[in-house]
Amino acid sequence: MAVTVEFARRDAVPEPHRWTCPKCGQGDDPETVKANLSVCPHCGHHLRIGARERIAQLADTGSFIERWSHLRTLDPLGFNDLMPYPERLRDAQATSGLSEAIVGGNASIGEAPCIFAAMDFSFLGGSMGSVVGERLWRAAEAAAAEHLPLVVVASSGGARMQEGAISLMQMAKTSCAVDLVNEARAPFVVVMADPCTGGVVASFASLADICVAEPGALLYFTGPRVIAETTKESLPPDFGSAERNLQLGHLDAVIPRHELKARVATYLRLLKGGGQGDGTYPGSAGQRRRGPGGMAQATARRAGSAVTRVRSVVLGRDRASAESDQDS
Amino acid sequence: MSGASFSEEIERLQNLIRTRRHEKRRHDTWLTYEIARNKDRPRTRDYIGLLIDDFEELRGDRLRADDRAVVGGLGWFEGRAVMVVGHQKGRTLNEQTEHSFGMARPEGYRKAQRLFALAERHRLAVLTFVDTPGAYPGVAAEEGGQARAIAETMLVMARLSVPVVATLIGEGGSGGALALAVADRVLMQENATYSVISPEGCAAILWRDSEFAPQAAEALRPTASQLLPLGVIDRVIEEPRGGAHNHPDLAARRLREALGEELDILEQIPPTERRMLRRERFRKLGVWGGEGLSP
Repeated sequence: MAVTVEFARRDAVPEPHRWTCPKCGQGDDPETVKANLSVCPHCGHHLRIGARERIAQLADTGSFIERWSHLRTLDPLGFNDLMPYPERLRDAQATSGLSEAIVGGNASIGEAPCIFAAMDFSFLGGSMGSVVGERLWRAAEAAAAEHLPLVVVASSGGARMQEGAISLMQMAKTSCAVDLVNEARAPFVVVMADPCTGGVVASFASLADICVAEPGALLYFTGPRVIAETTKESLPPDFGSAERNLQLGHLDAVIPRHELKARVATYLRLLKGGGQGDGTYPGSAGQRRRGPGGMAQATARRAGSAVTRVRSVVLGRDRASAESDQDS
Repeated sequence: MSGASFSEEIERLQNLIRTRRHEKRRHDTWLTYEIARNKDRPRTRDYIGLLIDDFEELRGDRLRADDRAVVGGLGWFEGRAVMVVGHQKGRTLNEQTEHSFGMARPEGYRKAQRLFALAERHRLAVLTFVDTPGAYPGVAAEEGGQARAIAETMLVMARLSVPVVATLIGEGGSGGALALAVADRVLMQENATYSVISPEGCAAILWRDSEFAPQAAEALRPTASQLLPLGVIDRVIEEPRGGAHNHPDLAARRLREALGEELDILEQIPPTERRMLRRERFRKLGVWGGEGLSP
């Protein structure tokens, strides 16, 4: 019987659907890898993930409400290279299940409410055209109007060439959007994920209050190939890596994916935890002497061991466990 | 033939020539690129010499260097003191090397930011001239913060409350060009180009062969007449026949007229409103559909 044969074959050829790490080459079960936040369990390589998976990882379960999905991409130039732009779009939409290279809306991250948008590199290289620019503008506008922090996971090859100079203008447009966010004193955090390059890293992504990146992410305005071709310079082996950018002073931190949610939540709370605009400071009344309030503690509990580990490094083991005791 | 029919015939031929020339201009994007890149085309320093009185160059970013790919300084334009900042390409090989062919490094963009802040403090209108193939593509520039330097320059320009007029006078290449063009009014000379990527770069990526640059140039629609209806630029400045290099004085005269008119209008607007309007100008840029659908 067919079924028996199938079982026999599966036994004979072990692990037919095994996932192989593109970096270290070791295999594993795809479900295990996904449960590990799409980080290789063997070498820690951070795989590229799409916008939906990113939202599932960072937003509190069930908290994400998508907005601005009705905005649709058009073909203003009638662009046609080896394939017409509308055809490329349809392909990208069919394979990704997304309407554009960014998904945004309301969410909470570690119980901190925010406007949250994630870019998707698998959608035409995460390139920024009119709709990406407009969704970012509306996200910024919502953050400013609703007094919410703005969190963007940026991952992009740069501007969308098929929209010509209009895509170039999105760099200026999204930079103006930052002005809007800053003016409203809405906290703005950008997480750069592999790769974050070209017109995106040279606009809103570099203008956040706090700019962090995932380990191993490549970040640059001009790519290594263009540099090598134009200037014949030899490039350092880790050119553009998040780690090198951290050393050069271009990032606030490089954060492993397992810690990302807790750290972003902490940033949002810290940026909201100062003066209240009416001249009062939460600490000056004397009720709260130090550090994060109850909500941050709750996040630490949920985020589990990674955060506890970080806290014990930062605070010293005794104090961290003492605080954990206080929580429970 | 009577005299009347001769003049009719002359008029018919003149109209034909005008239409043909227009068609040529509309379709032959590559020709525009050749004119925009022409070595004899007037550069920022040439226009400063022709338009600005008592120009005093101000150099350096006050952090580490003076990038010669960006020049800037103070001077008089039509009776008012202004801050002028622009890319400088250079003409001779020595000049081109000195000015890195107009490709600015982070130091150049930070110099521009410094000069914009200076203009803001002293309420001087800002005139920028854009003429660059793009930002300098080098390891030191990248590692010196090229991405952030460009981003920050745009933000600094967005926040100015003084009048800002940008003029594309040659090649407007990518983010390196846009960094000096977040202005209230963006003017463009007839044969200048403004594009998200060079035609060669675009061809190499999308056609996988830089030999297809003329096709890529056509597809990118980077000319003044193509960008005007999209709102990317606000005004086209006519050039002397064949290009600005054929008659720099005349090109400068037309530039002076346009810049003067634009500044006269902008100076009537209250500072905070000017800033809001500039932000609104860039907000509107983009083409999308689906507004009718429920969000």
